Amino acid sequence: MAIKQVSIFVENKEGKLVTITDSIANAGIDIRAMSVADTQEFGIFRLIVTDPEKAKAALESSGCFVSITQVVGVSIPDEPGSLAKVVNILARYNINIEYMYAFITVSKKNASVVLRVADNEAAEKILTENGITLMEEKDILNI
Amino acid sequence: MKKTYYQPEMETMPVEDIKKLQDEKLVRQVRYVYDNVPYYRDLMDKKGVSPDDIKGTEDLHKLPFLKKDDLREAYPYGLLATDLKNCVRIQSTSGTTGKRVVAFYTQHDVDLWEDCCARALVAAGGTAGDVCQVCYGYGLFTGGAGLHGGSHKVGCLTLPMSSGNTDRQIQFMMDLNSTILCCTPSYAAYIGETLKEKGYKPEDNKLKAGIFGAEPWTEEMRRDIEKSLGLKAYDIYGLTELSGPGVAFECEEQNGMHINEDHFLVEVIDPETGEPLPVGSKGELVFTSLDKEAFPLLRYRTRDICILSREKCSCGRTFIRMTKPLGRSDDMMIIRGVNVFPSQIEAVLLNCGYAPNYQILVDRINNTDTFDINVEMDPADFSDTPKTITAKEKELQNAMKAMLGINPKVHLVAPKSITRSEGKAVRVIDNRKRLGINI
Repeated sequence: MAIKQVSIFVENKEGKLVTITDSIANAGIDIRAMSVADTQEFGIFRLIVTDPEKAKAALESSGCFVSITQVVGVSIPDEPGSLAKVVNILARYNINIEYMYAFITVSKKNASVVLRVADNEAAEKILTENGITLMEEKDILNI
Repeated sequence: MKKTYYQPEMETMPVEDIKKLQDEKLVRQVRYVYDNVPYYRDLMDKKGVSPDDIKGTEDLHKLPFLKKDDLREAYPYGLLATDLKNCVRIQSTSGTTGKRVVAFYTQHDVDLWEDCCARALVAAGGTAGDVCQVCYGYGLFTGGAGLHGGSHKVGCLTLPMSSGNTDRQIQFMMDLNSTILCCTPSYAAYIGETLKEKGYKPEDNKLKAGIFGAEPWTEEMRRDIEKSLGLKAYDIYGLTELSGPGVAFECEEQNGMHINEDHFLVEVIDPETGEPLPVGSKGELVFTSLDKEAFPLLRYRTRDICILSREKCSCGRTFIRMTKPLGRSDDMMIIRGVNVFPSQIEAVLLNCGYAPNYQILVDRINNTDTFDINVEMDPADFSDTPKTITAKEKELQNAMKAMLGINPKVHLVAPKSITRSEGKAVRVIDNRKRLGINI
C-alpha cells in the first residue's frame, strides 16, 4: 500500500538544486509533495512525484544521487482536528513519526500527508483500523 | 651587543675545523652503524660499499640513502644501533601509512638533542633569567620535549604548558611574566589575536623572543606575529628521525637557519636522480647523524626542498645555513604542525570499508589550518534521512583522528561526485599556497 518517495542527496553548493528541478521538469514529471531535510553540510530533498522510477532515472542521468523509500500516505478531511487525529492514533500505538509533510496540491475536500515511520505495515494497519484513508500510488496521479 | 652562544667552541668553529671534525665523526659513525645495524649493513653490502671506503665526508655519496619507507620496513627495532637497555626515551611521528616512525634515544642522544635546542634558545637571546613558556605538544611529539630540555639546559624557568587551552596560556604568560614563547607559528598568531581580543596591547606582555617551528610559515606571518606579540620571532627546524627540533635554528639575523654541523652532516641532492648538488643549489636535504648512538640514520632523505648557504653570518656562527623548506619532494602535508600523508587517509578509508575516493582540502583561515576530507559515500548508507550519513561521518572522523593525531572534518559526498581529471583524481587541494606558504 505504501507510496514511493524519491530522496535526492544535495550538497550545499551553488546550482545543485537547479540540476534537480531542471531534470524533473525536462522529464515531464509533476511534483506532488516535497520536503527538505538539511544539515550544515548537505540536504536531502524528498519528493512525491507522478512517476518515481522515471524521476529516479532522469535524476541519475543528470548526475544526482537518488534513493527510493517507501512512505505512508494518508488522505484526511481538510478540516480542523484531522491531522491531530492521525497523530494521536500513532502515538497511542507507540509508532514514532520520523518526519512528515503535506502535499502541495489539495483536493476540494481532502488534504494529503506523507508520514515516515519505521514500520510502514504496522502503521498502515493501525490507521486503517481507525478509519483513516490511506493513499496508493495511483492516487498520486489523481490529486 | 656582546655575542653569546651556548657552545661557542662548536658554533663558531672555523669552517675547515668543522670539516675535519665531520670527517672523523663520519668514519667512526659509518663503522658503528655497519657493525650494529644489520638493516643498513645489508644496504651497504648491496651497494658494494664497506666502511673502509669511507675516509671522509667526500666519500659520503657512496653510502646508500635511507628513506621513510625504510623506517616503516624496519619498524620498530630494525634501525636501532644499541641495546634497548641503553635507551632512555622513545619519541614518535607519523609514518606514511599506518605505522608510525619511532625513534630511540640514549641519554647521550637526549643530551645532544637538548644541546641543539639550547643553542636555538641562546641564539634567540635566552639566558638563565628567562621564563620560557613551551606550548608545543608534550608527549610522543618531539616539539615539547625538545624545547623543554633545551630550556632546562639554558637554565630558563621552564613553563611546560603543552598545547591548547589558550586562556590558561595567556593567564600564565601574563601572571608569570613569560619572556620566551615556544610553539607553532600558527598557534603564536592565534595567541596574538586572542590577546588583542582580550584588550591587551603587545607591550603589555614581557615576551622578547619566540621559537616557532614544526610547520611552514611565511615572512609575512613572522612580521604579523612579531607585531601582535611584541617579540622577535625565530624559526627552528628539525625532524624526529634525526632527534627533533634543533637540527637547525635561526640567529638574530633571521636569514636562514644554522645547521648544527657538529652533529648533523647535510647534503643537498637532486630528488629525481639522487645526485649530490653543490652548495647554493635548490634540492632535497639529506642528513647524516654523526654521533647519535641509538638511532643513527645515515643519508636520511628528508624530502624537504631547500637551498644551503656557506656565506659568513654576522652572528659569528660558522655553521652552514638552510632556507626555510621551499616545498616537498613527496606528498607529505604539514597540517597544524602534524605530518599527514594521503596514504594514511587511504589506509583509514580502506579499513573502514570505503573505496579510496576522497579529496583533501587544506587552507589557513585566521592563521589556523583547516583540514577537510571529502569521501564518496557507500550508496547503501543513503536513504532518506541525514542521520545515517552524519553518524558515518562521525565514525570516519574518529578513525582519522586516531590515525593522524589531528582532527579533520570529514564530509561524506555523493558517489562519483569527486572530480576526476583525465581519470586521475586530484587528491589534495592545498589553498595555503595562495598565502605564499611553501607547502
